[in-house]
Amino acid sequence: MILDFLAAIGRGVREFVISLGFGTRTFFSVLGASGGLLRRLRLVTDQIHFIGNYSLVIIGVSGLFVGFVLGLQGYYTLNKYGSEQALGLLVALSLTRELGPVVTALLFAGRAGTSLTAEIGLMKAGEQLAAMEMMAVNPLQRVLAPRFWAGVIAMPILAAIFSAVGIIGGYIVGVLLIGVDEGAFWSQMQAGVDVWADIANGVLKSIVFGVAVTFIALYQGYEAKPTPEGVARATTRTVVIGSLTVLALDFLLTALMFNK
Amino acid sequence: MQRKSLDIWVGLFVVLGAAALLFLALKAGNMSSLSFGNTYDVTARFDNIGGLKPGAPVKSAGVVVGRVDNIGLNGKTFQAEVRLKMQSAFSFPKDSSAKILTSGLLGEQYIGLEPGGDANNLAAGDRIAMTQSAIVLENLISQFLFSKAAEGKEEQK
Repeated sequence: MILDFLAAIGRGVREFVISLGFGTRTFFSVLGASGGLLRRLRLVTDQIHFIGNYSLVIIGVSGLFVGFVLGLQGYYTLNKYGSEQALGLLVALSLTRELGPVVTALLFAGRAGTSLTAEIGLMKAGEQLAAMEMMAVNPLQRVLAPRFWAGVIAMPILAAIFSAVGIIGGYIVGVLLIGVDEGAFWSQMQAGVDVWADIANGVLKSIVFGVAVTFIALYQGYEAKPTPEGVARATTRTVVIGSLTVLALDFLLTALMFNK
Repeated sequence: MQRKSLDIWVGLFVVLGAAALLFLALKAGNMSSLSFGNTYDVTARFDNIGGLKPGAPVKSAGVVVGRVDNIGLNGKTFQAEVRLKMQSAFSFPKDSSAKILTSGLLGEQYIGLEPGGDANNLAAGDRIAMTQSAIVLENLISQFLFSKAAEGKEEQK
């Protein structure tokens, strides 16, 4: 009984280490296979269209509503201290530093990550990847690498759009509906938000999240069991592992970047 | 044709992202007030800088004329040594004085520069001789309490 339990722990750890190793190896093979993409940029633009453009609606609408809520809740709290002029600063800092990159990455894992996993998993289940190899086409270069780079490019763009739309949402609720002074809203924001410390670090965060989420989605699809159930499990794992990785990375990056 | 419309959409997506970033940098951030113009360095020594931080503004008559670049401790005099990056467009007399002030009751601290009357101007590497430290609330309160206690003793006599 106890021995079975110990064996289960051991198996879990072993499988974790193996998948970590396989993941790292696949990551570097994808990076290595990316060189040939320069001759086939069309593949990347196709995927940016699929990953980026189709995510615009969900990112834009979520950003607007997150901005609305930040405006309302921020006003409620700041009003208790009589400093509702700082509303713009609060909305802009929370969006550029945290919510923009993190919420975009979570939505991105759900919206684009799952579709990538399902697509590649089904390609594998339908033996399309094997067929490519038979034709001496490297699936890492032809299928995985363009999707990887498209995700890495699309993610910071989506995060920037999320933050910008969110600030407009905060402006609509704070200034237009509640009646915070418009001049104070923008000037406090401009005085408190630093281009490098806040905005550039937020962009850096979103690039890291883009690499992590896109690669996890691709890897889960690539390593999925080639059965309908296997693809379903892989899709679920993409969301779970992707979201947890984003949150853990966010903590690490915040601790590294903003510890001054 | 289909190919072209797809390219247009991707292009639109990227342009939208660039516009969002530009909006963040110019409208939400301090990019517009960030000056990439020429600056010159001036140092000043303070007995106590309070809560002054690198990046805090240097103001003269309320107008931002520079930023705090670096703060260190002088090992010999045990004074805080503050390096200021001043915009080259503004020059101040050599005997100008620097004070650490607070904007509002709870606001951030900044350096106020009061011009003197010297004919020569501060140049790069110069040190502002006359400085006034930040006001530390605890010191003020203890001074006040001591003076109150002293008053009480005199009345008893």
